Amino acid sequence: MTAQDQTILLFVGIGVVLVAATAAGLILARRAGPGREPVIDNLNQRIRAWWVMVLLIGGAFLIGKIGVIVLFAFASFTALREFVTLTETRRGDHYALVAAFFLVLPIQYWLIAVGWYGLYSILIPVYAFLFMPIVAALRGDTTRFMERVAVAQWALMLAVYCVSHVPALITLDIPGYEGRGLLLIAFLVVVVQSSDVLQYVLGKVYGKRKITPLLSPSKTLEGAVGGIGAATLIGAALWWITPFAPHQAASMALVVALMGFFGGLVMSAIKRDRGVKDWGQMIEGHGGVLDRLDSVIFAAPVFFHLTRYYFAA
Amino acid sequence: MTAKVLAGLVTFFARSITAVRAEWRGYLPDLKPRIYFANHVSHGDFVLIWAVLPRAVRIRTRPVAGADYWGKGPLRRLIGRRVFNAILVDRDAETKTADPVQQMAEALDSGASLILFPEGTRNATEVPLLPFKSGLYRLGLARPGVEMVPVWVANLNRVMPKGELIPVPILCTVSFGMPLRLRDGEEKMAFLERARAALLALRPRETARL
Repeated sequence: MTAQDQTILLFVGIGVVLVAATAAGLILARRAGPGREPVIDNLNQRIRAWWVMVLLIGGAFLIGKIGVIVLFAFASFTALREFVTLTETRRGDHYALVAAFFLVLPIQYWLIAVGWYGLYSILIPVYAFLFMPIVAALRGDTTRFMERVAVAQWALMLAVYCVSHVPALITLDIPGYEGRGLLLIAFLVVVVQSSDVLQYVLGKVYGKRKITPLLSPSKTLEGAVGGIGAATLIGAALWWITPFAPHQAASMALVVALMGFFGGLVMSAIKRDRGVKDWGQMIEGHGGVLDRLDSVIFAAPVFFHLTRYYFAA
Repeated sequence: MTAKVLAGLVTFFARSITAVRAEWRGYLPDLKPRIYFANHVSHGDFVLIWAVLPRAVRIRTRPVAGADYWGKGPLRRLIGRRVFNAILVDRDAETKTADPVQQMAEALDSGASLILFPEGTRNATEVPLLPFKSGLYRLGLARPGVEMVPVWVANLNRVMPKGELIPVPILCTVSFGMPLRLRDGEEKMAFLERARAALLALRPRETARL
């Protein structure tokens, strides 16, 4: 099968799942009657938003490498503004923030477009890490200086650095897997997101024991084990779009789903700390872009490096 | 024509930088003449309020702005007068020729809604809201039936602090609260304090800091 056939097959599969979900949502809504079940309304909003997100990714895949890089650059931009909005910046941070949005972010994605691994893997952890506090210090405002600098660095690491490791998967040179980098992205995104969705759904249906009642009341042991387990199986079943053997695909999916789970936990802790439920309002039913990306953020760099270390030339 | 295009451009620009979102807290937009009174941290405040109002409401809503700033230079005059149809009031008691309250009351009578910044000037301090000037009260006395809607513009000062050139694309929210009216025989200070409290109540919750 060619890469194109595999991509089409994969998207048809996702389409079938979404059609089934939409139908199930409609039946549930009809059975509940209008406006009586907020959980079901939210479910249907989420399903509608999934259609839009799948269409966006599908469109990016049609355009190819540049389309995917631009899509994730835009996701990073939105995630960064959601993150920065919730932090307490001061006037003295202005130049540093301008640099983060309009210099660091475009440079990071440009480096990925040209495949300069040596620099895009250290641009933010080393150079932004050193230069952002310099810019902030030059403004001379020392109020909560360390806190502000740390938060700005966190924002860049999460919203730009980690997210950019999703499109960076295309730049990997894997013998026997030439020209299929996009499918590696699809594997990561499908595994992480199906893990999220199944944790949520299984938690709602079977969830009893809360894992972290204070942090994230919707995370239950039953949901987590079921969701992560199911995502591992889905990953294994998708081995044919990856350079991995079935058992390798299962292990990768397990690692990715676990990182995604912990990512969701960490991002919930930040939201709790800031006193909000969602990062934003951009995606109806889901909250902000960061609410959808939280698990991808933690999974992407680990998946990238495991693949690079064990499979790339 | 030019004014319309410019208005579209300015609101488009404001929207793309701030992704501004309106929050109508238990109250919906209405076509009848109203006074929207808001906190004032930037020249962009009224642009954001204007941008989130529904079109039908927007075209009959006029910002009240200081003539000393918006009357200066051809570009500012064009934006202030033609694009946003601002009511330019003279803030200097010495040179004042028209009574600002009278100007605003006449605009209300003609069916327009107003955007008013009762602090009287841009707030560059760390305090969230300066004390109100008496204009809102005197306008209430002049037109007692008119609803006054508190409007909190959040984060715009972080997007573009005074004196900066490049905006940071932080998300902004414009929150509309429940309208209030001047009560019969209400004292000036009591009313201004009540209006100020209603506006402050719209402020997004500040989280505890270490």
